Amino acid sequence: MRREVPLAITAIVGFTLIVVYFIPHPPFNHFRNFFEDLFFIVAAFAIWLGCLNLLKVNADRFYFKRKGWPFAIVVWFGFFLMVIVGFWDGRGFMNPGTTFYYLYDILYYPLNATMFSILAFFVASASYRAFRARNKEATMLLVAAMVVMLGRVPFGYYLSSWLPEGWRLGNITDWVMDFPQTAGQRAIMIGIALGIVSSSLRVLLGLERTFASGE
Amino acid sequence: MSFLEKLLAIDRRIIFLFIAIAAALPLFFTVKLHIEVTPIVNNVYNALEALPPGSKVLLSMDYDPGSMPELQPMAESFLRYCFLRDLKVIIIGLWPNGPIQANIALEEVFKDEEVKNRNPQYGIDYVNLGYTVGNEVVVERMGSDIPATFPKDYTGNKTEDLPLMKGVKNYNNIDFVYNLSAGYPGTYEWVIFAVDPYKIKLAAGNTAVQAPLVYPYVQSGQLIGVLGGMKGGAEFEIATGKPAKAVKYMFSQSVTHAVICFFILIGNFAYFATRKKKGS
Repeated sequence: MRREVPLAITAIVGFTLIVVYFIPHPPFNHFRNFFEDLFFIVAAFAIWLGCLNLLKVNADRFYFKRKGWPFAIVVWFGFFLMVIVGFWDGRGFMNPGTTFYYLYDILYYPLNATMFSILAFFVASASYRAFRARNKEATMLLVAAMVVMLGRVPFGYYLSSWLPEGWRLGNITDWVMDFPQTAGQRAIMIGIALGIVSSSLRVLLGLERTFASGE
Repeated sequence: MSFLEKLLAIDRRIIFLFIAIAAALPLFFTVKLHIEVTPIVNNVYNALEALPPGSKVLLSMDYDPGSMPELQPMAESFLRYCFLRDLKVIIIGLWPNGPIQANIALEEVFKDEEVKNRNPQYGIDYVNLGYTVGNEVVVERMGSDIPATFPKDYTGNKTEDLPLMKGVKNYNNIDFVYNLSAGYPGTYEWVIFAVDPYKIKLAAGNTAVQAPLVYPYVQSGQLIGVLGGMKGGAEFEIATGKPAKAVKYMFSQSVTHAVICFFILIGNFAYFATRKKKGS
């Protein structure tokens, strides 16, 4: 029963939603709304689960003095600071002028943005080492990358403005993005979609059971 | 070790230093740059221009501060455009940070004199319905019932009581959807769960990393257009006749791209020169 019930629920919900996609009319659409509302409830519990898990993992790290344990204190402090301040501010906690908004603006906002900005440095360093014209394929990649990098900024216009319209870096960038790039993306997307269809069918038909029983 | 070999094994901290200077220094200067509006951005602008005043547009803020340098200028230029054109904006977030990012953008937009003169009112000209957990299921559920998906706005007002939301039941009552996305859930989910089943008009603003992934949807007509990265944001600002942050930041991005290209070129020069030397 522990295995059959989850498999049955998965199959019923999955096939119902597939039917609703093609027949979005009563009574099927009511089933869809019902399942979606259930999903919201489960997802809301998942947020609680995520929070508790975050706290537990960091409590363990602190208690057993694992590597980086001082950061666990920062996580606990940051978590409770924002939660308490959020509750203190009440329903309008996201409004400008609240303490939550202030902390978000002066702490979370710049910290998060900084983490993402660091990528620029790694991308530059990696580009220097990786973009070498070692063979034909690497040369094509290198040329395309250089053209798109310059063509995507006004600097590219000034470099190539003397060329006839259609041959400037911006035009070539648009061509690279619209044709070779899009063709590659489309091939990847179709491949992924076929993979999703096949693995979804396996789950719905009960052939793939690892999610339910760990087998 | 020769100079060229040293160049090949250059300490990455030197590259970091150059990039830091290239990215930061231009921010202190205002340089007027030539920015062409590409067709993919112009499509978005034309679709918005075709909307009559009073049309209802849905703005889905699906990003967090990590993508703020690219997407926040897009949010600001879109909101500014909507208020000046008297388009009614319904803001939601598939990411928990989305609604507060919208408030930050609104605070910035309200500093604009023209917007100030229009005096947009909460509940009448714009609403912020907040965040609902559920990712793509939220997009799907809105197709049948928006007030059921967002029963209250972010301050706790009942959605159905907000004047702007009167008569807004599902996507049939929304004239245009604009998605600012930095990943999952984002533009993919809007295309799959809203454009295909409900035939909504969708345009997107994406990070430069994500934009190439959604290009196929533009060619297939599922997306009206895409604002790709800061360049897309700058193009939209030019198209709307209100150059702002993205246009200003383009100088910094231009110099940074040029420095990266310069390093790639000298890296290749050193690579070939040392290879030739070894060969001889």
